[in-house]
Parts: sequence; C-alpha cells; structure tokens
Amino acid sequence: MVTTLASDTGDETASAHKVSWAATWWPRLRPVLLAVTFPIVLLAIWHFSTVGRPGSLIPPPYDVWLELRDLAVGGINDDAYSGTLYIHLLASVSRVYGGFALALMVALPLGMLIGRVPLVRQVVDPTLQILRPVPVTAWLPLAMIIFGLGPRSAFFLVFLGAFYPILVNTIFGVRSVEPRLFEAAAMLGCSGSAQFFRVVLPAALPSIFTGMRLGLGFAWVVIVVGEMTGVQTGLGAIIMEARQLSRTEIVISGMIVIGTVGFLSDQLVMLTGRRLLAWSPSHG
Amino acid sequence: MAEATIPILEMKNVGKTYSQNGRSIEALRGANLRVKKGEFICLIGASGCGKSTLLRMAAGFETATHGDNLMWGMPISGPGPSRGMVFQDYGLFPWLSVRDNIGFGPKSRGRAKSEIRETVDHFIDLVGLQHFADVYPHQLSGGMKQRVAIARVLANDAEVVLMDEPFGALDAMTRERLQDELIEIWSRTGLTVLFVTHAIDEAIFLADRVVVMSPGPGRIDHEYNIDLPRPRDTASTEFNEWRRMLSSQLHSHHGRKAG
Repeated sequence: MVTTLASDTGDETASAHKVSWAATWWPRLRPVLLAVTFPIVLLAIWHFSTVGRPGSLIPPPYDVWLELRDLAVGGINDDAYSGTLYIHLLASVSRVYGGFALALMVALPLGMLIGRVPLVRQVVDPTLQILRPVPVTAWLPLAMIIFGLGPRSAFFLVFLGAFYPILVNTIFGVRSVEPRLFEAAAMLGCSGSAQFFRVVLPAALPSIFTGMRLGLGFAWVVIVVGEMTGVQTGLGAIIMEARQLSRTEIVISGMIVIGTVGFLSDQLVMLTGRRLLAWSPSHG
Repeated sequence: MAEATIPILEMKNVGKTYSQNGRSIEALRGANLRVKKGEFICLIGASGCGKSTLLRMAAGFETATHGDNLMWGMPISGPGPSRGMVFQDYGLFPWLSVRDNIGFGPKSRGRAKSEIRETVDHFIDLVGLQHFADVYPHQLSGGMKQRVAIARVLANDAEVVLMDEPFGALDAMTRERLQDELIEIWSRTGLTVLFVTHAIDEAIFLADRVVVMSPGPGRIDHEYNIDLPRPRDTASTEFNEWRRMLSSQLHSHHGRKAG
C-alpha cells in the first residue's frame, strides 16, 4: 500500500518513505524499548536514593560502574582487585561448566537406566528421591569435610546443583515415550536395543534438554555458595571477600557479572536447543 | 505347493483372553480367516468385537491364547516389516522429517543410503507429498500424516498392510480422498490389505470381502464378497443394497445382545 501511494503521488513520496521506515522499525524497537524501561527506572531510583549520601551503605550506580571497569581493566583504584575480573570469571565459568559437564555425564546415563531398567530403578531411585529435597546449601559443611576447603568443594556443590534437574528430567523423558512409537518402530523392523537409540533417545531429548537448561541455571545459582568454601578465586569468592571488607560496589559488580554471564549461557543453551529440537512444536 | 494355495495370512480357530485384575476377559473366540495375496479385506463390527485384537495379532503385537496365526503358513512370532501397520493416531516419529519417517524402515534394515533415498523419493511421489519432504509431522494435517504413515509402510516392502481405523480421525472430505488414493495404490501394487473400520460405507467402498464381527465375546459372524465393479459409486442402487444388508446385520447383534 505504501509503495503504490509513493509512486502515484510524487509530493507524498517523502512522507510515505517516513511511514514505511517507522513501520518497519517500530515493531522491532518496541520490545527493546519496553525491556529497557524497567531497568532504567530501577537505576534511576537507585541513583537518586544513594547519590550524595555519605552514610549510604549502598554505593550509587556510577561508583559501581567505575568499580566494574576497574575490576575488568584496572587503572582506577589500583588495588588488589584491579584488573582481576578475568581470573575470577574464568575460575567460576570453569567450575560451573566443569560441574555441569560432570553432572551431565553421571545424570544422563543414570537417568536412562533408572527410566528403562526396572531393577536399577528399584535399587537406586528411592535413595536418590530421599536425598533430592536436601538443599545444596545443606551439603556445604559435609562437602567441606569430605573435599576439604577449596575448589573441590565448590565443584562438588555445582555438580550436585546441576545433577538433580538433569536426572529427574531424563527419567521423565525416557519413561514417557509414547508406547505407540515402539510399536511403529517394531513393525518397521527396528526392535530390541536398536530402539533405544532410534526411539527412546530422540523422544526423550526435549525433556533431557529442559533438564540441562535447569541444571545449568542451578549451577550458576550454586556457584556463589560453592565458592564460599574458602577458595581464593571465583566470582562467589570475591563477593564474599568484598562483603567482609564492606566493599559493596564489588559485591554488586560481581552480581552484575554473574547475572550477565548466566543469562548469556542460558541463551546459548536455548539457541542450541532450538536448532536441535526444531521438530518439537514446544521448542522449535 | 504353489503360492496360490497357501493364504498369505491365515487365522485358525484363534482366541484371545486377557486377564485383568484377576478377571479374565475374552476378546476373541474361535476366529477363522484366510486372506489371499492381493485381497482387500475389511473387518467391521461394533466396539469390543475383537477386530482390533485380530489385527494386532496379525501384526504380531499380541499373541493368541488359542489357535494359530500364520503368514505364508509360518507362525507369526512378533512384529516385522512384512506386515506394516497404519495406526489411527499415525504413530509417526515427531523428530524425523517426512523423508526420514518414510526412510525409517529401510534404514533399520541396513539398506544403502542411495537406495534409501531412491525408495523414499518414489513413495513421497506416490502419496503426493513432494513439497513436504523436509517438513516435520507436527506441521502436517491429519490427512498428510496418514499419507506419510502409508508411504512409510510401503517403502519398507510390506506385503500386508494392516490398517486400524486409519481414516477414523479425519474429516469426511479428506477421508474420501484417502480412500480413493488407497484403492488406487492397492490396485497398482498388488498389496494385501487388512482394514479395520466401523463405518459401513467405508467397508463396502474399499473391500473385496467384508468380515462382519460381533462382540461378547468377539467373533467372526459372516463374510461377504463385495462383487461391485470399481471404482464404486456410493450412490448406486447396488451400493445401497449392500449398505442396507450390512447395516441390518450389524444392528441385529445389538438387538441380540440387548435381548
């Protein structure tokens, strides 16, 4: 409609172009604007309630921004924390993904066995179900006794945090395969153990994926607790350390970094999932 | 012995009793059925008459508690590619494209990739889904899904196609189109079809032979050879006579059961 209008009446061309420009960009701009409005408002409240008040225990946003830059590249405070962000980030990321990978390696095969082999289910499942409601934080003292103070306890807690969501969703996935699909596979000549790889595994993939996404999210949640166990590096470690030193701007900087990296990591998983599960109406 | 004398499928005095919570339910009693190669047979009857049980035993999904189920004179011991099944709820693999669903059977049987591709292309053409080859099942209409299910069985060299109310969930227009196409494919390929339905019109339209079953316990009552020429005109006098006859046949069971 816009193009016919433009070609018919010469003097209206310019305005017609304007209309089409706005018409193409507004739908894309709108969600972005709506998404940033809320944080801007929060930022403004934060700013006006903290700035110019020496007694405030919470630093104003600009101070946090300076601290974040100092943590990342240094050159502002030149203290023990300047330019150390990458060390802590790397430490946390490796623990999160390491613990997650280990959880995946244990929970995936275990979940499949529990889901498909009655004997394994009868032997293992009751124990796992009783241990499941125990929060990861409650494991902290025991983890420190067993694994000692240091990164191994953090690693273990991350593993535990990611383990149950993956396990539970894998069990659910392999158990809820439509029986009809086994019949379809059998009458097409696919039977016995071949069905596991050609029917059970692909059918369970959406559930497994949900479990992985939840597990990775939990891994990020648990990392701060995990790094309270006396490790020197890690985002959780500097947050705890900064708390004792009343360096609240470092605490907030650490929170921002965890939030951002956790979000990006979730987006990555989602993207992979969307490509892998294009066939599933609820994922594709 | 010549092939012609051995039926492709034979049920000899077949019975099936399920036991559920200590109670036994007789789903089928003393069923005898001989199916010649190339025949199109419809099993018809009210629910609980054992028509699906009979079909599932031919597929090998269930075993008989009495009697013998034979294919080419050999006992049927389990599901296999020689007897393809088309389910009412399609049973397509949602994670596979139309192409890969149709290629599932040949792939399971270790066929070469190029051969699979050729076979799949052929059957995609046959059921008219050329433009949907790379689409996933959830993007297809019910009629298209059932076309894929039929092609999947044909691509796997099934000699017998077992169909369990395959068009029952489709709208009337799609159903009629698929009935036409099924007859077309059947007459071109020399398949043997065992087709379960509860729709009288469908049975008369499709079958060489209609097997009427009745419930309580499920059994075979009568067999009728439908001698109408194809393509069949559902509005013809002869068609109506068959319709009236089968209808009174089926309703008489209801009467008997109630009385």
